[in-house]
This record gives sequence, structure tokens and C-alpha cells, in this order.
Amino acid sequence: MRQPVSHAQSGSNQTRRVELHIPAEPEWVGVARLTAAGIASRLDFSIEDLEDLKLAVAEACNCCIQNGGDGDLSMACELQSDRITIAVERRGALSKPGARPPASGDDAELGGLGVFLIRALMDDVVYSSDQTGTRLTLIKRLGK
Amino acid sequence: MDIKVDVRQTDGTHGVSVVDLNGEIDVYTSPKVKETITELIDKGHYALVINLENVRYIDSTGLGVLIGGLKRVREHSGTVHLVCTNPQIKKIFDITGLAKIFGIFDSEQAACASL
Repeated sequence: MRQPVSHAQSGSNQTRRVELHIPAEPEWVGVARLTAAGIASRLDFSIEDLEDLKLAVAEACNCCIQNGGDGDLSMACELQSDRITIAVERRGALSKPGARPPASGDDAELGGLGVFLIRALMDDVVYSSDQTGTRLTLIKRLGK
Repeated sequence: MDIKVDVRQTDGTHGVSVVDLNGEIDVYTSPKVKETITELIDKGHYALVINLENVRYIDSTGLGVLIGGLKRVREHSGTVHLVCTNPQIKKIFDITGLAKIFGIFDSEQAACASL
């Protein structure tokens, strides 16, 4: 196992990108969340931040599986000196036309609570869902 | 990544069923937890203690299963109490506001005593 990368020490501003493609099935969500945490651990995130990230990534995968599409799940992780950006996507038409994540935690249904958690745990979240697929981009910054 | 589910009836406390969960509760494993809780409720067990002491991870599907169980037992004037000391999991209950809905206790003894 390589030591965590401290960009502050190395002075590197290089972006590192890792992609993962998995079947859009519940049993594969654990692979995505553990992979994301392993990649994020290359920065100096706290254990609590890594746990938050794992949950947020899993919820993003759940959202993509639930909202639909007919393709596999893809996850692209980009490491920069001060942040990790994780884009989770499932291509293909929605199985629930017009499905949108609610903005608040009032809805205890899966999608609503899941997206509420993502918004609470991540620093920035961008969501889009249309006939080409469902995408969630999560950003977690160091020291926030 | 799996979940182990065990059900016990406590001695000395009338009608309390304890569900011990061990592992991770996510979109893949939560159906197994839901099945167990549903079966208990269908059999008339409306005072439930769900022990999360050995749960390392829970996501919204797991929370949904617990919420669903609570809704169903409340229809019969029952309740669900949780045993949880894991700070990360307690944080999820706090963020979602579910800490105000469930009784969350540090020990099984305390959870059973409050039913």
C-alpha cells in the first residue's frame, strides 16, 4: 500500500483520474464505495470524511440504479491537491420518467433520503437526469 | 459484505423481541433485514429492539427498512428501539432527524427497560 499523497508537501497540482465500470446491480455498490474510499485515502482525509464519502458514493450508485438507464454504472474519481471529485453515471433512458431527487429530507423514500444524505455529507453535489442517463457529481474538499 | 440476522426473545421482559444485526446494511443486504422484521411484525411482535452494535455501515435503504418497521409497529401501538454506540452511524441518524423518531440507546438492557 502506498503512503497517502500530500500534495501540499509534493507541490503537485496534477489531477489523477481513476475510472471504474460495474454492473448496475445492488451487489456491486459495495465495490464502488470501497474503491472510492481507497482512492480518497490518497489524500489526507480523516476517517470520518472517508466514511462520509463511502456513504455518499453508495447513495449516488443507489440513485442511478433506481432512476434507471439500461447501462452499467460508471464511476470516475479525480484527485486534485485539495479535493476529490467523484462522478457516478448510468447511461440510458430513465426507468422512472421525470424522476428527480427531492431537495429536502422530508421524503423518507429511498431516493429522497439518499440524495438528502449526499447533500449533507458532501461539499458540492451536481445532479442531472435526462433521457441520456443519470449523473451525480460529488465533491469533497480537504479540511472542510 | 453481508449481514447476519438473529432474533431473540428476551427473558423477563414480556413481548420484547431483539434483532441482532452483524455486518453492513446496504441496498444489497437490507432485504434480508426487512424480511426478518416483517416476519416478526406479522407474527404479532410489536415491541422490537434492533441491536446495531455490530453494524459497521448503514445506508438509506437500511434506514428505510427501520422506518418501515417503526411505522408498522406503531399501527399496533408498538415501538422500535435501537441499540447503537457507533458514532458514524449515530451521526447518520442525527443528520436525517431519525434520532428524534427512534429511541436510541447505548445498551440492550437500557433499550429493553424503556419499552
